[in-house]
Amino acid sequence: MGAPNLPMEKIVEKKPYFKYLRLNKMPTIWCPGCGIGQAFRATCMALDELGISNDQVAMVSGIGCSSRTPGYFDGFTLHTTHGRAPAFATGLKLARPELTTILFTGDGDALAIGGNHFIHAARRNIDLTVILINNWIYGMTGGQVSPTTPEGAYATTTPYGNYEPQFDIAKLAIAAGATYVARGTAYHAMELKKLIKDGIKHKGFSLIEVLSPCTIVYGRKNRMSFEEMYFWFKENTLPVKAWEKLPEEKRAGKIPRGLLYHDDSRPEYTEVYWSKVKALSGGEK
Amino acid sequence: MAKLELKYGNHACAEAAVLAGCRFYAGYPITPSSEIAEKMAELLPKKGGVFIQMEDEIAAMGATVGGSFAGLKAMTATSGPGFSLKQENLGYAFMVEAPCVVVNVQRGGPSTGLPTQVGQQEIMQSLWGTHGDKMIPVFYPGNVQEIMEETIRAFNWAERLRTPVVLLLDEVLGHMRETVDMEQFEEGKVEIWDRKMPKVPPEEYLPYKPEEDGVPAIAPYGTPGYRGHATGLHHDYTGFPTTDPEMCQELIERLINKVKSRQKELERNEAYKLDDAEVAIVAFGTTARAAKTAVDLAREKGIKAGLLRVITIWPSPEETLYELAKSVKAILVPELNMGQYVLEVERCAKGEAPVYRLNRANGKIIYPHEILAKIEEIVKGGK
Repeated sequence: MGAPNLPMEKIVEKKPYFKYLRLNKMPTIWCPGCGIGQAFRATCMALDELGISNDQVAMVSGIGCSSRTPGYFDGFTLHTTHGRAPAFATGLKLARPELTTILFTGDGDALAIGGNHFIHAARRNIDLTVILINNWIYGMTGGQVSPTTPEGAYATTTPYGNYEPQFDIAKLAIAAGATYVARGTAYHAMELKKLIKDGIKHKGFSLIEVLSPCTIVYGRKNRMSFEEMYFWFKENTLPVKAWEKLPEEKRAGKIPRGLLYHDDSRPEYTEVYWSKVKALSGGEK
Repeated sequence: MAKLELKYGNHACAEAAVLAGCRFYAGYPITPSSEIAEKMAELLPKKGGVFIQMEDEIAAMGATVGGSFAGLKAMTATSGPGFSLKQENLGYAFMVEAPCVVVNVQRGGPSTGLPTQVGQQEIMQSLWGTHGDKMIPVFYPGNVQEIMEETIRAFNWAERLRTPVVLLLDEVLGHMRETVDMEQFEEGKVEIWDRKMPKVPPEEYLPYKPEEDGVPAIAPYGTPGYRGHATGLHHDYTGFPTTDPEMCQELIERLINKVKSRQKELERNEAYKLDDAEVAIVAFGTTARAAKTAVDLAREKGIKAGLLRVITIWPSPEETLYELAKSVKAILVPELNMGQYVLEVERCAKGEAPVYRLNRANGKIIYPHEILAKIEEIVKGGK
């Protein structure tokens, strides 16, 4: 797939969120059936609906498949080192609080090598929107076990099945201090757009976990076709309201989706910092 | 008229950074550099700048690059173990050409080493610590007045060349109180260089296209219209990853040459009684202070000794060292490590003079009488 033949104005007319794409950098590096594209599209649509222009967005990432997203986003984009995106983004956001700052990360990037930066950004409640693609595996390096690989699942470094427990990303983020926590999937595309949109709107640290199929690496290792993986999300997740109504014994194996936590009462970090500076410096910046 | 003030080394570094225009500091506590962070925490908010204590050294370096990309002059400071942790993102800063100053107040190593005692064991790490090829300016002042001068010079070159600059101090310098003549640092008297901005309209803007000096004009993030991409991967003029072999080779050569080609302008040394010297000492930082006294002691004994105090450690003063080797009978390199800069001095001397070592890595300084004893030994024809 090369750049489309239609003139850009025509495309943007039909699909206004295309204005956020660096079409000349496409095709993307993602495998067929990968869910990152769904999350990326949802993000661009959310930005468009919120009326945020390209010049108002910074996108920061670390290393991994999902971290390649900023390269395709026509904004101020920073593809940094493995796991460190929250640190770079914290510096950028503090210095330029007016920029809507979005992070694309994955389960390995955010929870393993970058776990410390992730929880501290959440603790500060700095206004970053973290879109965490949870595909249960290290895709880019060829399929190694990650902190969210399901028990028993196969990875190149768990040839006899995974025997380690998993992080519950939402619980981790809430405990660390995130003030907006949601979970969506690559199957429920429009719901995901809404969750990301609300995450961007939220003033404070937002985490949107996106259950997303790694079709080529995880799928092959665990004998799942990409259709099976998408249907798995359909069958095994349910809206949080419905999940809450389930009796305890029926919750096993079912994953709630939607808005899991929202707290507007805590102050946002950059606002706190700059109001302090204003008081100390008499408004000088 | 002289305006004398008694200043603490680490505080002088922080104050000079603010004078140089630093408005972003991200740090992490570590002995013996913490006083720099403490001073910045006090000064920056009042100046409308950003101070943040990060969760670790890696994050402090990362946030510093983030602040730099936002257009602010940015700094972080640390010591040995923290400097090791910073290497990953220091390499990133080099690759994406983020101007910043990284201070390393050296203590005894390796590992946790001697946290409260002096060392000069990161002479090589300051240049070669991160993986991959690299060339960055590394400055090493020798007294508190010079800490201020070199901090400002570090910021100026960081901004002009769009590169990280490492400022080496050591525990003795950082924790030393000395008189500083503040006259040269009065408002309007300090020469400040800022990074260049793109001269082309947004539609022609290529963030990583170098200008004649090898330095690209990258707009601060948030500048309307001047959007761009930065990556630690090899990249093309748009900042987008590439594996094109010609582009990759050009990138790495440019990154190295933009610093190396300015070696003459970057070079700064102090020559002390070298004109008629037969034995030259090459030293830096705290050790150079003892070496200076050793030169005087040797001269009292009739030995024609002299000192070349190197301030710009990297890129090294190759020609100066070669000329020095040709003009003396022997060179002595005392340093608080097991022999690091001596390797560079030997390389530059090209066999024109024998190069002797005096090494120590136990947290104690090298005293003048010890250097004198070594000079006497060399003169007597010992080793």
